[in-house]
Amino acid sequence: MTLIKTKYNRRSFLKVTTASTGGIILGFSWLASCSPTPEQIKQMPDEWFNINAFLKIGDNGIVTIMSPNPEIGQNVKTSMPMIVAEELDVDWKDVVVEQAGYDIQKYTRQLAGGSQSIRQGWQSLRMAGATARRMLLEATAKQWGVSADELTTAKGVISHASGKSMTYGEVASAAAGIEVPEEVKLKDPKDFKIIGQPTKNVDGPKIIKGESLFGLDYKEEGMLTAMIVHPEGFGMKLKSMDATEAKAMPGIKDVFSFTVYPEGIEKQWSDVNAFPEQVAIVGNSTWEVMKAKKALKLEWEYAEGGGESTANYVESLSELMSKDVAEPARKDGDPDAAFKNATKTVEREYSAPFLAHNTMEPMNFFANVTADKAELVGPIQTPEYLSKTIAQVLGMPEDKISIMMTRMGGGFGRRLYGNFGVEATMISKKVGAPVKLVYSREDDMTQGTYRPAYKVKYSAAIDENNNVTAVKIKGAGINGSPVFENRFPAGALDNYLSENHNLESAISTGAWRAPRSNFIAFAEQSFLDEVAETVGKDPIDFRLELFERAKSNPVGENNDYDPERYAGVLKLVKEKSNWGTEIPGVSRGVSAYYCHNSYVAQVVDVMMKDGKPRVQKVWCAIDCGIVVNPEGALNQVEGGIIDGIGHAMYSAMTFTDGVPDQKNFNEYKLIRHNEAPLEIETHFVQNGIDPTGLGEPSLPPVAAALGNAIYKATGKRLEGQPFTDYLGEAIELG
Amino acid sequence: MAQYTITINGKAQQVEAAPDTPMLWVLRDHLDLVGTKFGCGIGQCGACTIHFNGVATRSCQIPISAVGENPVVTIEGLSKEADHPVQKAWIEHDVPQCGYCQSGQIMSAASLLKQNPNPTDQEIENGMSGNICRCGTYTRIKKAIKTAANS
Repeated sequence: MTLIKTKYNRRSFLKVTTASTGGIILGFSWLASCSPTPEQIKQMPDEWFNINAFLKIGDNGIVTIMSPNPEIGQNVKTSMPMIVAEELDVDWKDVVVEQAGYDIQKYTRQLAGGSQSIRQGWQSLRMAGATARRMLLEATAKQWGVSADELTTAKGVISHASGKSMTYGEVASAAAGIEVPEEVKLKDPKDFKIIGQPTKNVDGPKIIKGESLFGLDYKEEGMLTAMIVHPEGFGMKLKSMDATEAKAMPGIKDVFSFTVYPEGIEKQWSDVNAFPEQVAIVGNSTWEVMKAKKALKLEWEYAEGGGESTANYVESLSELMSKDVAEPARKDGDPDAAFKNATKTVEREYSAPFLAHNTMEPMNFFANVTADKAELVGPIQTPEYLSKTIAQVLGMPEDKISIMMTRMGGGFGRRLYGNFGVEATMISKKVGAPVKLVYSREDDMTQGTYRPAYKVKYSAAIDENNNVTAVKIKGAGINGSPVFENRFPAGALDNYLSENHNLESAISTGAWRAPRSNFIAFAEQSFLDEVAETVGKDPIDFRLELFERAKSNPVGENNDYDPERYAGVLKLVKEKSNWGTEIPGVSRGVSAYYCHNSYVAQVVDVMMKDGKPRVQKVWCAIDCGIVVNPEGALNQVEGGIIDGIGHAMYSAMTFTDGVPDQKNFNEYKLIRHNEAPLEIETHFVQNGIDPTGLGEPSLPPVAAALGNAIYKATGKRLEGQPFTDYLGEAIELG
Repeated sequence: MAQYTITINGKAQQVEAAPDTPMLWVLRDHLDLVGTKFGCGIGQCGACTIHFNGVATRSCQIPISAVGENPVVTIEGLSKEADHPVQKAWIEHDVPQCGYCQSGQIMSAASLLKQNPNPTDQEIENGMSGNICRCGTYTRIKKAIKTAANS
C-alpha cells in the first residue's frame, strides 16, 4: 500500500460547489455530454454530490467520472476514468464517463500528445479516486461512531465488522461536506479489480448509432458555416481576389481576406501556420459555401525565394549530410580511428518523404466571439495552448474564453497545432455570429503540419573478429534532424558518433505520431539487420549482445533506455513467434524500438504475391508497465502497427514549386482493408511498473521489421519510403 | 433552390435545397442526421456510406435531385435499438478507436452481408476496401463481420 500526499494538484480536490449540501441537480445536458448505458439512463439519480473535480456521486450510487484529457482515439476517455474508479472502489457498471471541458485550474496537463496521458495522469487520477473513497469512509465513520480505518469497501458499498453496511449513494451527501484528507492510501496493484480488466470503449454505443460526438457534428442556433482558402502552395501569398460572383451566390453571407495571427502576438509552439493571410467564405450551409468557394477568383504569387520541390530538398538533404558539423550531438571514443582500423564497413543512407496526418475528420472548429466572451468547441489536442493564443488574438482575459473538447476523428499530432481554432475565432469575430469552420479534405491535406522529410546515413566499422567497433549516424531533416543521440545503439559501442543537420523550409512541419522515432526506428533497425548479416549473426542474438554490453558495461552516462527491458521484449517476441522456424513461402523480419517510455519488439511474416508483399502475421511484444485497459491497449497496438505498415508501404506527400502534388485520397494512398496484416498477436510484459506510453510506441519499429522481411524475400534492402517506390526493382530481382 | 420529398429511414422528409446538393450535406445540414460523416467529398474514403435503394453508396456522390423515390437508410436508421448484427458485433469486438469512419464501415458491412451472408476473408476485403480507417482497425472489422455473419 502506498501513502500519498494530496498536496500535488490539491486544487483539483477542493469542492467545486458552494451549495450547502454539496448537491447539484443535472438534467438533460448531462446525458448529451456523457456516455451512460441504456440501463444507467433508467437509473438517473435525483441528486448528484460533487466530491471533487473528477467525480460526482448520485444518491442512488451511480458515479459520474470526468475524463480530463482530449480523446483522439487513444481511448483515454475509457482508461483514465478506470483509474479513478479503481481507487474509488466502485463497480464499473455504475460509472458514467463525462468529458471534462478545458479547465487547467482543476486538471493538470489536458493534452493529448507524446503518449503521456496515462503516464502523467496516473498519480492524480488515483488520488482523485482514493481521496473520494476516504471522504466517503470518514462520513460513514462519523455516522456510525467508529473509526474510518475499521471500514472496508467493495463495489461502492462500505462495510463494518459489526455487519453494518451503506452504499456510496447513501453517504455521498455527507461525504461532500468532509474535509479533503491530507494523506490517502493507494491500492497495492495486486488488489486492482478494474485496472487490468478488458473494458469496452465508453463511447462505443454512441459511435455505432452515429450520434453527434465530433467537432464537425456540433451545431448551435444561428450558427453559420465557414470555409477558408489558403494559398495553393507553400511560399505563396494572395495577390488579388475577386469575390463579386461568390458573394452573390445563394446562402452566402460574407467573403473576406483576413490575417490569422494578428501582428504583435507572441506565437507559441502550437501556432504553426504557413499562410498568414487567408480568405474566408461564410454562409448558411456547407454545400452553399463549397460552391461559392469554387466561384472565387483568386490569384497567388510567390513570396521571396519561390516554392520548394521534392526533387530539390532530397538533394539538399544529402548535400547537408556530407558537410562536417562543428559539434556532434554525441561522440564516444574515437570513431574515426575505429573506421581506419576496420576490416569491413557497412554503410547505408535511408530516406523518407513528408507525410500528411490525414485524420478522417478534417480540421474544423466552432467559435462564438462576442464583445465580452468567446466560446469555442471542437477537436483540439492542446486546449491549454489554444486558450492562451485566443486570449492574445482577441485581447481578452483567459477566464472569458471557454473551450470544450469534442471527441476527435483522429489526431496523430495534427490537432496539436490549433491554427484552425484561431481561424474560426477570427471569422466569428469578423462576422459577429457563431461560426463553424469546416476544412474540405483538400484544405486539410494541403495546409498540413507535415511529418518532415528525412535522411540519415548509418555507417558501422567491423574488426577481424566480426565485432562492431564503431557506429556513425548522420541525420538531416526539414525543420529538425531525426537523430536521438542518446538512444540505442549509443551506450553499447565504444566508439559512437551522431550528428544533426537541419534544413529550414517554408513547408509547415510538426509532430506526426511518434515524431522522429517513426523514421529513425526504420533506419536504425534496418541497418542493424544488415550489420548482423554482415557479421554472420542471428539478428535477435546480435541485438541481445549489444544490450548485454549496454547493461554490463555501458558507454557514456546519458543513455536514454533500460537495456534489460529492451532485451526483455526481444526475448519475448523471439519465444512467442517461434523465431528460427521456417514456414514455406514466408519471410520473416525483426525489429525493436524504445520510445515514449515503452519498449516494443516485433516480428513480421511476409508472403510475396505477384511482386507485392502481404503481411501474414505480426507478433508484437511490448513493455509499457501496468496495462490499464487490455482491450483498448490491444486496439492501440494493432492500430499503430497497421498505421506504420501503411505509411511505410504506400504514403508520401510531395511538392512541386511549393504546391502539394497530393490533395485528396485519389492521390494520397492510405492503407486499406485488403492490404492490412491478416493477423496481429500482441503480448504485454507483465510487471508492476507504473504505466508508460502506448498510443505511439507500436508504430516506429514495424517498418523495419517489414523491410527486413521483404529483404529476406527479395534480396533487396529497402532504403526509403514508401516501399512501393523501391519495390519495382525488387520485383524483378525476386 | 427546389423542394424535394425524400424517404429517409422510412420517413418522408421535405427538403429545400439546390438540386446539386449531395445527400451527405442534405443529411448533415438539413436533417441533422450527423452519423453520416464527411471524409473526402470525392467517393474515396467511404465515411459517408448510406444505403441507397438497399445498396451501400457514397452519399457525397448522390445529388438530392437524383434521389427520387429511392429509399435512403442512414446509420441512424439501420436498426431501432442499435441491435443490427453488425452493430452488436462492433461492440463485441470493441472495434472503434477514434470512431469517425465507423458508421461508414458499419453501413458497408451491413450491405455486404445482405448480399453475401457468408463472405470469405477475400470477399470481406474486397467488399470493405472502399472504406478507409485511418486508425487501423481493419483486423477487428474483419473479425466483427465474421461474428455478424455467424449470428
